[in-house]
Amino acid sequence: MSSNNDTIGKTITVTVLLCVICSVVVSAAAVMLKPKQVANKELDRKSNILAAAGISDPSKSVEELFAQIETRYVDLDSGTFVEAPVANYDARKAAKDPQLGHAVPRSEDIASIKYQANVMPVYLVRSDAGDVEKVILPVHGYGLWSTLYGFLALEGDLNTVVGLGFYSHAETPGLGGEVDNPAWKALWPGKKVYGDDMTDPELHLIKGSVDAGTPDAEYKVDGLSGATLTSNGVTNLIQFWMGENGYAPFLQNLRAGEA
Amino acid sequence: MSQTKDVLTTPIFKNNPIALQILGICSALAVTSNLATAFVMSLAVITVTAFSNFFVSLIRNHIPGNIRIIVQMTIIASLVIVVDQILKAFAYEISKQLSVFVGLIITNCIVMGRAEAYAMKNPPIASFLDGVGNGLGYAVVLMFVGFVRELFGAGSLFGIEILPLINNGGWYQGNGLLLLPPSAFFIIGLFIWGLRTFRKEQVEKPEYVMAPNSKKGAV
Repeated sequence: MSSNNDTIGKTITVTVLLCVICSVVVSAAAVMLKPKQVANKELDRKSNILAAAGISDPSKSVEELFAQIETRYVDLDSGTFVEAPVANYDARKAAKDPQLGHAVPRSEDIASIKYQANVMPVYLVRSDAGDVEKVILPVHGYGLWSTLYGFLALEGDLNTVVGLGFYSHAETPGLGGEVDNPAWKALWPGKKVYGDDMTDPELHLIKGSVDAGTPDAEYKVDGLSGATLTSNGVTNLIQFWMGENGYAPFLQNLRAGEA
Repeated sequence: MSQTKDVLTTPIFKNNPIALQILGICSALAVTSNLATAFVMSLAVITVTAFSNFFVSLIRNHIPGNIRIIVQMTIIASLVIVVDQILKAFAYEISKQLSVFVGLIITNCIVMGRAEAYAMKNPPIASFLDGVGNGLGYAVVLMFVGFVRELFGAGSLFGIEILPLINNGGWYQGNGLLLLPPSAFFIIGLFIWGLRTFRKEQVEKPEYVMAPNSKKGAV
């Protein structure tokens, strides 16, 4: 390093040149790789929806399988189908937008999500005759360390669970992280969300495991051992999203055939 | 050429950035709960250290002394963003698991330490190799820690089941502690202990001499 590097002129020249070159490199990388990254995100979302709905076929690509799924948007308050509020609607971003979302009152916010979008995407699988066979609903709520994001899939009776899967969380590996364990996820299909009145969600996790002798076994799922708070979080997010603030109005409308 | 080889291999055991210089511990705790993420993280760090060393060395004669740290940071930050973008495009699953830690390579002391200590004084090719060597030194520790943590914590290696877990109907009860970040402290500690047992010259001289026990009944 010779001393003439320390003149003001040289310092400014080096700084400007370096900044220009670095910014060109960084923006070039960002712009050129953007389409691939967006495609990855999209693929990830689709394969999670398919996984929750229990649709898998190794011979077909995710895109081919996803073709049978119909994406609709639902206004949670009225429980009716609406158009997507904006192009490329993102419910996670919309939740914090004053126009598209609202704050959840603290007393009702059992899933600790704080903000909720007014409109949520839902995914429908229809039979050839056009009847709804499966409904896949995005759900999220707070566990122990993190917000768990996932999908809950219901049968055409809008009460029986097809599957539950989380695609993003940061719970303790080996404890709360067992929400990803296929053996645990396999406990969900066949469970019922609502009681006989079809309004209040009954489904919840219990401490210990559910066996044939457990009363009301269809409303209970094994808790995750060593992860009481994550288990409570899962119960809360199901109770919240299946309740009045969540998809209950929509599911009632759909059941009556007029969503 | 033996000098070239030295530049490359010295940092692996003789002058390991984590084990001897105790740099870059933070990410070593965070990304080692399984081997796949540890491996990708190692590759990312090797790439960044090598190229940041190369570019810093390339312009070392033109860097004004008073802003040299900022210049190094700018180069490192740009490289890290590029690596992060590439991972997001070509290894999406893993980049999701690594999340912020790729971005945090910027603050990894190894990268900056090598740029300042080596690349500022040596020609580009040697600096590049020094970067690869130090990256490899980091990788060795990461892979070792990742191996222990994944094998005994989750019973698998690279996601392939080795010890069947009780949860999945096997016989092995996974060690939950190993899946949590603090366990990496113990493993790195044991690694350093092991290394210094074989390489006595790495043992530091005590900074002070312990006073002999005071006489009985003096207190």
